Amino acid sequence: MTSSAIHAQALRKCYDGRAVVDGIDLDIPRGTCFGLLGPNGAGKTTTLRMLLGLTPPSEGSLSVLGMAMPAQERTIRARVGVVPQSDTLDPDFSVVQNLRVYAGYFGLPRAVTDKRIEQLLDFAHLVERRDSRVEALSGGMKRRLTLARALINEPELVILDEPTTGLDPQARHVLWSRLEALKARGTTLLLTTHYMEEAERLCDELVVMDHGRILDRGSPRALIERHVEPEVIELRHAREEDLAGLEETTDCRMEHHGTSIYLYTRDSAALLNRLAARPHLSVLHRPAGLEDVFLRLTGRDLRAGQ
Amino acid sequence: MNSAMALDIRPRGALAVLHRNFLVWKRLFWTALVLNLGEPALYLLGLGLGLGRFVGELDGLPYLAFLASGLVASSAMNTATFEGMYSVYTRMVPQKTYEAMLATPLRIQDILLGEMLWCGAKAAFSAAGILLVASLLGVVHGLAALWALPAAFLTGLAFAGPAIVMSAKADGYDFFNYYFVLVITPMLLVCGVFYPITSLPDSVRLVVDLLPLTHAVELIRPVVVGSAPERPFVNLIVLIAFAAVGFMLAVHLARRRLMH
Repeated sequence: MTSSAIHAQALRKCYDGRAVVDGIDLDIPRGTCFGLLGPNGAGKTTTLRMLLGLTPPSEGSLSVLGMAMPAQERTIRARVGVVPQSDTLDPDFSVVQNLRVYAGYFGLPRAVTDKRIEQLLDFAHLVERRDSRVEALSGGMKRRLTLARALINEPELVILDEPTTGLDPQARHVLWSRLEALKARGTTLLLTTHYMEEAERLCDELVVMDHGRILDRGSPRALIERHVEPEVIELRHAREEDLAGLEETTDCRMEHHGTSIYLYTRDSAALLNRLAARPHLSVLHRPAGLEDVFLRLTGRDLRAGQ
Repeated sequence: MNSAMALDIRPRGALAVLHRNFLVWKRLFWTALVLNLGEPALYLLGLGLGLGRFVGELDGLPYLAFLASGLVASSAMNTATFEGMYSVYTRMVPQKTYEAMLATPLRIQDILLGEMLWCGAKAAFSAAGILLVASLLGVVHGLAALWALPAAFLTGLAFAGPAIVMSAKADGYDFFNYYFVLVITPMLLVCGVFYPITSLPDSVRLVVDLLPLTHAVELIRPVVVGSAPERPFVNLIVLIAFAAVGFMLAVHLARRRLMH
């Protein structure tokens, strides 16, 4: 019996000889919230699919909740909750029916199901909408129903694939509060996200993936300290000639991204002084965040096809 | 095909899938009822009474009885085929119902077994509609005709397997038109629903004898009109074989599609 919720070694998945997941090691302790970050096509969703037994690994070993995957896929999935990336709710059913029918797939007895449904409606703030058809729900409500559905079997581990993509800020905050509540109960969470704010806020630890490999692993704070200078000055809509002379100073690293220029520094005061002489520049001074780490590690170029 | 994996089936999981489909269908019960009584009534009145006047008797049966008993079988075929293609495809692909199911202890074989049982149940339901209309028209002989219902269920299974195979291979709903035009409609026309297959040339009969609808008709017609099937075991074996092979192939192809 291991204390890891998930343990993967040299996990690989190839399609037509091309590695989509290219030898990753994961060790996710129970009770933590763990993030998988990476650009589209980094291999995040494929990794999650392997963890759930929805696609067999090409190579490597994998255990979930101390059991071998895919050999024990049924037993593992009975103890795991899943919030998939796309809406998979049953449009023919009401909120309550969705939960009840899904409980049936786990073979839960009716009495247990009825009790849990009341708790979950309350947890997901859906008590008022219990008899609404799924089609009548907002995007945020659908996501909360999907989360409630994922909890019907009282899972020890919940896997969330981009849980807040497409939600408005309010709906996202409500969902975050629900995930924080889950975490407080000791449920292990594994999530993928494109939102650095989400990862910084929820994740105890995370890995940044790209091209099927893990680039680095650590807490959000540790990753920021390891990869970027503590402060960023962002110049919006700046032209090359506006910046003459800035890059010559020590302790200032310059990066271009879209129409902005980022100056990473440990000594913002001196830099800001010199920028003050260029009053027409739009200057944003902020502490470095996970987004800077992400861009640094995965490159600022857009993926092909995006 | 890894047949050992396909046989790791949880019947309770399949029943949960069956139950899900039943709950959806229950909401549309009255529509289903009208369709399942209305359509056979039209066929039987239009063809049976109208055409029957010219045909007189076939195989010693009034044409209305001959047609009604054949339609019980063809309706089971149609119902299971529609359900196994349009509905199963909808749940498998655009609606992502299987993706949700596969996040639970269910496996593909449980889901597809549930789907097949559901196709069989719907086939039996449509057969019941025709039997009811036919009995009102006085061509059904006694309670023994109820044996047509399990036979229609089995017919549904035999056609559900191949239909789900089509769903697993389909890249859209248009794909199903080919299957109807090339497989289902020809069977409807040559397998003894509208006229006895004894009137076909011997060379054609060799092929027709291999088709599942032929065996469904041979099994169902006698029990509806109050006689005994001539070769029930052959009929049962053929239908069971189509159901079993169809199921295995459907599981194999759906797994390839969904577990890429």
